[in-house]
Amino acid sequence: MQLDAKIPEGALSEKWDSHRFSTPLVAPSNRRKFEVIVIGTGLAGAAAAATMGELGYRVRTFTYHDSNRRAHSIAAQGGINASKNYRNDGDSDYRLFYDTIKGGDYRSREANVYRLAQVSGEIIDQATAQGVPFGREYGGLLANRSFGGAQVSRTFYARGQTGQQLLLGAYQALARQIKAGTVNAYTRCEMLDIVVADGRAVGVVVRDMLTGEISSHSAHAVVLATGGYSNAYFLSTNAKACNGTAIWRAHRKGGLFANPCFTQIHPTCIPAADEFQSKLTLMSESLRNDGRIWVPAEVDEARPAADVPEDQRDYFLERRYPAFGNLVPRDVASRAAKKEVDSGKGAGPMKNGVYLDFAEAIGRLGRDTVEARYGNLFEMYQRITDEDPYQVPMRIYPAPHYTMGGLWVDYNLMTTVPGLYSIGEANFSDHGANRLGASALMQALADGYFILPNTIAAYLSESLGVDPMSTAEPAFKQVETDVIKRMDRLLDANGSRTVDWFHRELGKIVWEHCGMARSAEGLTKAISEIPALKEEFFADVKIMGEGDSLNQTLEKAGRVADYFELAELMCRDALHREESCGGHFRVEHVTDDGEAKRNDDEFTFVSAWSFEGDGAEPSLTKEILEFENVELTTRSYK
Amino acid sequence: MDVTLRVWRQDGPNRPGAFEEYFAPGISSHASFLEMLDIVNDRLTLDNREPIAFEHDCREGICGACGMMINGQAHGPQQGTATCQLHMRKFRDGAVIIIEPWRAAGFPVLKDLVVDRSAFDRIVEAGGYITVDTGSAPDANLVPIAQEAAEASMDAAVCIGCGACVAACPNSAAQLFTAAKLAHLNLLPQGQAERYIRAEAMVDTMESFFGSCTNHAECEEACPKNISIDFIALLNRDYIKAKWRNGRLAAQR
Ligand code: FES
Repeated sequence: MQLDAKIPEGALSEKWDSHRFSTPLVAPSNRRKFEVIVIGTGLAGAAAAATMGELGYRVRTFTYHDSNRRAHSIAAQGGINASKNYRNDGDSDYRLFYDTIKGGDYRSREANVYRLAQVSGEIIDQATAQGVPFGREYGGLLANRSFGGAQVSRTFYARGQTGQQLLLGAYQALARQIKAGTVNAYTRCEMLDIVVADGRAVGVVVRDMLTGEISSHSAHAVVLATGGYSNAYFLSTNAKACNGTAIWRAHRKGGLFANPCFTQIHPTCIPAADEFQSKLTLMSESLRNDGRIWVPAEVDEARPAADVPEDQRDYFLERRYPAFGNLVPRDVASRAAKKEVDSGKGAGPMKNGVYLDFAEAIGRLGRDTVEARYGNLFEMYQRITDEDPYQVPMRIYPAPHYTMGGLWVDYNLMTTVPGLYSIGEANFSDHGANRLGASALMQALADGYFILPNTIAAYLSESLGVDPMSTAEPAFKQVETDVIKRMDRLLDANGSRTVDWFHRELGKIVWEHCGMARSAEGLTKAISEIPALKEEFFADVKIMGEGDSLNQTLEKAGRVADYFELAELMCRDALHREESCGGHFRVEHVTDDGEAKRNDDEFTFVSAWSFEGDGAEPSLTKEILEFENVELTTRSYK
Repeated sequence: MDVTLRVWRQDGPNRPGAFEEYFAPGISSHASFLEMLDIVNDRLTLDNREPIAFEHDCREGICGACGMMINGQAHGPQQGTATCQLHMRKFRDGAVIIIEPWRAAGFPVLKDLVVDRSAFDRIVEAGGYITVDTGSAPDANLVPIAQEAAEASMDAAVCIGCGACVAACPNSAAQLFTAAKLAHLNLLPQGQAERYIRAEAMVDTMESFFGSCTNHAECEEACPKNISIDFIALLNRDYIKAKWRNGRLAAQR
C-alpha cells in the first residue's frame, strides 16, 4: 500500500493558502444537496458540524451523551495556544510550529503543524466573538500564561475551565444551527459501525441507547470526531464513556491506524488512593508555572513534607533541566517523576507520588494571587484527597491522558477510506510522539472550525447530483446484522465476571507494559496476554438486562471489547518502534544519562497499520516524514 | 464502612417505580459516591440483578452528567459539589442513604436515576448563543472587556447544566440555569446585539417546560458551581425590558 499525504507544493507558509485556492469548491446553492454525518460533538465535532451547517450543508450529528454539551473536551483545564504574540515576546506562527514539531519529537508532519499554527489566532478571534470569557488584564485585553515546552507566553485561558468554555462556545454555535434546521442532532445515540461500499464510506449504523433500536444513516461523507483511546489503560484522566469504538470500527473497515503507541502520560494527576479507584483526576499543567516539584532526597523519608528541610529536598526537574525547570514537556516530566518514585523516594501513604509545592509561590505572590490563579484546582484537589494544598504540598503522579496516535489522515484530514474523515484527537496528525500542553484544544478547533469545512468540499464536489446510498441496500443491512450479532454475543455470555473487572485487567497489562516505560520483553508478553484475556471476556463476561432498553453495562461491554484489539495494536506498534521518542520510551534505547534516544535514521516515519482480519497480524505501511524546514536535533530542555 | 442504600428503581419512562434497599458493606471512606455505586452495581450483577442506572462521565464535576437526590438534597450534603465529587467520608458508618432521580415534570425519568434533561438544550437553542459564523470574527483584542465584566460573565458561564437547580426547586423552575446561560452572554459586549431577543426567547422557552420562580433560592444552595441567584435578577430585568423593546413599540426605544 502507498500512502499519499497530499501535502501541497510550495513554501511551508504558502501551502495552506495555495491548497485552498486550488481545491474545488461547492457553490453555496449546491451545499444543501450534500449530507454529512458527524460522530461526536466535542470540540472538533461540534465546531465542524456548526461550521458546515453555517456553510449550508445538511449535517447530522450523533453523540452517546444526553446533550451535545457533555463531551470530554469539557474537562480540559489549562488553556489553548495561539501565536498571537500579544505579549510581544517573540512568538510567531513559525515559533509555534517549531515548538510543536520539536515538542512532538520530530514525528509529525511539517505541513499540518504549520497550518495549525497559522489558524491558531483565528480560533481565539472566533471563540472571543462567541462569548468565551477568556481571562483578561485590567486594561480589558486578553491575558496569557505560559505552558510546558514553550519559552513564550501564548496560552489563553478561562480560569481553569478553558475546555468547558470553548466547548460551550462550539455547543452554542451548534445549537444555533440546530434551531436553523441545518443540523439534525441525535443524542443518546451511539455509533457502532461504519458502512463502506464500493470503497467509500457511505454511512453509519447507530444504536438508540434508550430503545436499543439499531438503525442506519447514510450520507455523502462521514466525519469521526470521537476523541482518543486513553481508557485502554482503564485508569486514565479521560471521562468514563470515552472510547475507541468508532475509530477502531473504521480501522477494521479499511482505515489505517497511525502511531497507536504514541500515548501521553500526563505528569500532574492525583495519584490513585486505592484499588477501587474508577478514574484519575488531572491537575492542570498550568500549576507547574508556580508550583515546584520535588521529592525527599532520602529514600523512605518518613517525615511530613513540611518537616523536610530545604537542603534535604530534591527539586529534580530544576536540577536536571535548568533551562525549562518545572516547565519541561509532559513526557520528560512524567518520566522524571517515575524515576524518582521507582527509586523509593515517592511521597504519600502509598509512596506513589511526587510533591508539587506552592509554599514558595504563596510567599512570593501572596495567597490571594495564588488563589485567583489556581483556586478551583486547589479546591478540587482538597475535595478528592481531603488535604489542603495551601498548607501541605500536593501530591501528583503521571496518568494516561491523551493519545497522539489515531486514524491516519492526509492533509485534507481524510482517512484511507474515501469519504471518511477524522478530526481532533481521533486522528494522528499534529502532535507527533508527544503533545504540548494547551495544544489539544487548539488542534480540535483548528480541525473543526477552519480545516475540515474547507477540505471536505473537494471530496463532496465529486458527487454533485448523486444521492447518498439508500439504507435499504444490502451493504447497510449486512452491517446492521453484524452489529446485532456482536451485541447478542455479549448478552448471551452470561458468565461470572463483570465488564469492569475485565477492563481493569486489560488496563493493568497495558499500563505495565505499554505505559511510561516499555521493553521488548514486556510488550511481547502483553501481545500474548491481551488476546487471551479477550477470549476469556467473551466467554465469561456477565451482563444483566436486555438489548432493547437503556443498558449501560452493555454499552460499556461493547467499548471494552474493542479496546482489547486496540490495546494489542498499541503494543505491536510499541514493539516495532525500536527507539525512544516523545511519550514512547523503550528502555533499550536510552542515552548514557538515561534520556530518551531517538533513532532518526531508521524511524523518521509514521507507522500506519492495516487490519488484516481477526487473528491475523496487522501489516505496516510507513509514511516517511520529510523535514524541509527544521533540523532534527536532540530535544534538550537542559 | 457499611451503608444501606434505598434506591429508586424504575424500569422505563412512564412505568411504576419503587424504592429498593441494598446493604453495602465494606466500602472505603476514600471511595467517591459513584465508586460506591460502581461497587454496589458489580455486586448486583454477580447476584443476577440489574445494576442501578445512573448518569456520569467526567467524574470531576465539570461535564454535568451526574446528579441524583441524596437524602433529599440535590447532589447530596456537600456544598458546591457535584455527586461525582462527593466522597463517602461525608457519611457516617452505618448510614442509611436515600437515592432518587431528579424529580421535576420538566425532567421525566427514563430509568432508575436517569432523567431526560433535553429541555435545557431547547432553552439554549432558543437563543443561548451569539450569532457569529466561523471566520467572520474580528481580532480578539479589538474589543476590550473590563476584567470585572469578563469575570462576572465567567461566574455565570461555569454552569455545568446538571439540573440540580430544577431538582432543588419546590416549583421545579429552571430560572437559575436559564439566568446563568443568559448572563454569561448578556454581560459581555459581544452579547449585546441579541441581548433582548435572547432574553425573550430563552425565558419563553423555559416557561414551556418548567415551573415558575417564587424566590425560594434553593437552586443557589444546590448548585455545584455556587452560581448566584443575582443572575436571576438580571434575567428578570432583561426579560421585562425585552417585552417592551421587542414589542410593537420597539421603534420608540
Ligand atoms: S460526572 Fe461529570 S459532573 Fe459529575
